[in-house]
Amino acid sequence: MIAKPAKRRRSGSRSLPSKFWQLRLYVAGQTPKSLTAFSNLKKICDNYLSGRYRIEVIDLLEQPQLSRGDQIFAIPTLVRKLPQPVRKIIGDLSDTERVLVGLDLRPSA
Amino acid sequence: MGKESLRMTKCCLGAGSAVGRLPKCPTGIDGLDEITGGGLPRGRPTLVCGGAGCGKTLFAAEFLVRGAAQFGEPGVFMSFEETDSELGANVASLGFDLAGLVRRKKLLVEHVHIERNEIHETGEYDLEGLFVRLNLAIDSIGAKRVVLDTLEALFAGLPNEAILRAELRRLFGWLKRKGVTAVITAERGREQLTRHGLEEYVSDCVILLDHKIIDQIATRHLRVVKYRGTLHGTNEFPFLIGDEGLSVLPITSLGLTHKVSNRRISTGIPRLDTMLGGRGFFRGSSILLTGTPGTGKTITSACFAHAAALRGERVLFFSFEESPNQIIRNMRSIGLRLEPLVKGGALRFRSARPTLYGLEMHLATMFKEIASFKPHVVIIDPITSLMGAGADFETKAMVTRLIDYLKGGQVTSLFTSLTHGDHALQQSEIAMSSLMDAWLLLQDFEGNGERNRVLYVIKARGMAHSNQVREFLISNRGIDLVDAYIGPSGVLTGSARTAQTARETAELLASQQEAARRKRELEGKRAAVERQIVGLRSEHEAGAEELRQIDRQVGTQTRLLTTERTELGRLRHADVSAVARARHEPKSGRGRR
Repeated sequence: MIAKPAKRRRSGSRSLPSKFWQLRLYVAGQTPKSLTAFSNLKKICDNYLSGRYRIEVIDLLEQPQLSRGDQIFAIPTLVRKLPQPVRKIIGDLSDTERVLVGLDLRPSA
Repeated sequence: MGKESLRMTKCCLGAGSAVGRLPKCPTGIDGLDEITGGGLPRGRPTLVCGGAGCGKTLFAAEFLVRGAAQFGEPGVFMSFEETDSELGANVASLGFDLAGLVRRKKLLVEHVHIERNEIHETGEYDLEGLFVRLNLAIDSIGAKRVVLDTLEALFAGLPNEAILRAELRRLFGWLKRKGVTAVITAERGREQLTRHGLEEYVSDCVILLDHKIIDQIATRHLRVVKYRGTLHGTNEFPFLIGDEGLSVLPITSLGLTHKVSNRRISTGIPRLDTMLGGRGFFRGSSILLTGTPGTGKTITSACFAHAAALRGERVLFFSFEESPNQIIRNMRSIGLRLEPLVKGGALRFRSARPTLYGLEMHLATMFKEIASFKPHVVIIDPITSLMGAGADFETKAMVTRLIDYLKGGQVTSLFTSLTHGDHALQQSEIAMSSLMDAWLLLQDFEGNGERNRVLYVIKARGMAHSNQVREFLISNRGIDLVDAYIGPSGVLTGSARTAQTARETAELLASQQEAARRKRELEGKRAAVERQIVGLRSEHEAGAEELRQIDRQVGTQTRLLTTERTELGRLRHADVSAVARARHEPKSGRGRR
């Protein structure tokens, strides 16, 4: 679906496709909010999804046309492409609890 | 109120066009550019707010489509509610080919899907994504116009209102810097113009759409609440959504510039033509036919329609009371055969109940019919039905618009108007009658145990017309107008007129007989005198004869006497003179006796 995902990081094995997490982080330039969001995301993933995730970071200033596919309007936006269903989390991901709920890593509080 | 708004709008138009300080972006929406003096503020955002279903999206779509198709300004439609295909289908009903414009890169539909269930909010964010998308869309087709429909969806989708408000402020600033003319739609709020107070961000132009229901009839209204830097009409203007988009109906669209015709057309009633200077109505004029119920308005209209169709003109007959078949059947009873004309295509009926839909829809369908059929003559029977379909002020404005439209196209229009009670004249719609070029009044007179119809020509601009009342007779041979009897006891019609005529005939006969009698009497007298004269003459003759006889006797006696005297004188030797004197003496002696 996405023509040219910008791969930043891949870790872990591919042995668990059902529980493999494919995440996309949309940003617009290297803004403080974007940087915060990325570092927050990485921290959460390392803690909860170690070795089972992949993060693509898409900079809309470089590839604005990609904004349509995932219906992006807020920046930063994290899209959980896999596992289904698609979920979206907007904001700098500073509230870890909410991120975990949003990613469905924890039953809603 | 009508006059006031007229003046207001006129002054606005004048100021708007004369000063022209603010660059305007024409919307192409019928009537709106007249109210705003040229369109929306160019390069600035305009807020269009209104309740559900009052045409905000259509307004916005028409602004874009007309911009792309008519003014060469490509546009971006950013939709927060409808998808491309939904939007395409919705505006296709107005005859807009959205897909075609999209294919030709004149228009771009950007659907922004916001679903609250799918969104989790954690921490700080902004709406840069929206800006990116909008920017991309604008740049990809070189758009000059932008529609955001509706930003309210953001409030529903995003929980953090503080961020949203800050971002909206930034968005409007950004749009201005981008130099695009934007239309932003918003839901009407309870106490403010918009539910979320968007009007505080958009300060240049605010337009309010409204859908009012008065007496169970819905009419749409448009009001320019605010238009910074320009004068504008502040009144509510009715508008309609027709087959070709929106149409705002300001009274000022009545531009008195239509061409006029000198040609005259027959009314279909010869005597009525005679009353109108002998040649009927002017082509392209508007005619009002007022009357109380049952005075023959429809019949008169049908006669007019019949005559026009027979001349080969196209006639469009809007009937709000009877079905076409009913009219055709009823007219057959007075000897008018409309069926062949309908079959031949010269005459077209359109019937609808006035309450079927609101006035705006009626007018929209009428406009459409007129545009497609291109009639020479339009008959609306009765216009008062339409009057009932909306509030007073707006119906007048809309009817004005209709008349103007017809006049502009040189279409002769006949409106019948139903009035109630005795004061038909006073009751007739004053505002409407002043728009009409000719006005006929049908009235009935009650009296003598019967009702009779009469017809007056109240006015007929530009032609000599009869000031006489005519009795209006409907028979199975059609309409006939006869002179009403005007005598010392007032106007007599119907059997009273017939009775009066009979009475006059009788009186005439009587007086003729009387004259004959007197003539005979005089003849007799004269004959008697003649006879007398003859008698006298014979008496006279007799007298003369007697006289002559006397004369003769006297002569004889004188002669005898003279003879005797001469004899005596001769005997006594008297001289001649004595004899002569003596001859005279007996005569004078006899006179003295």
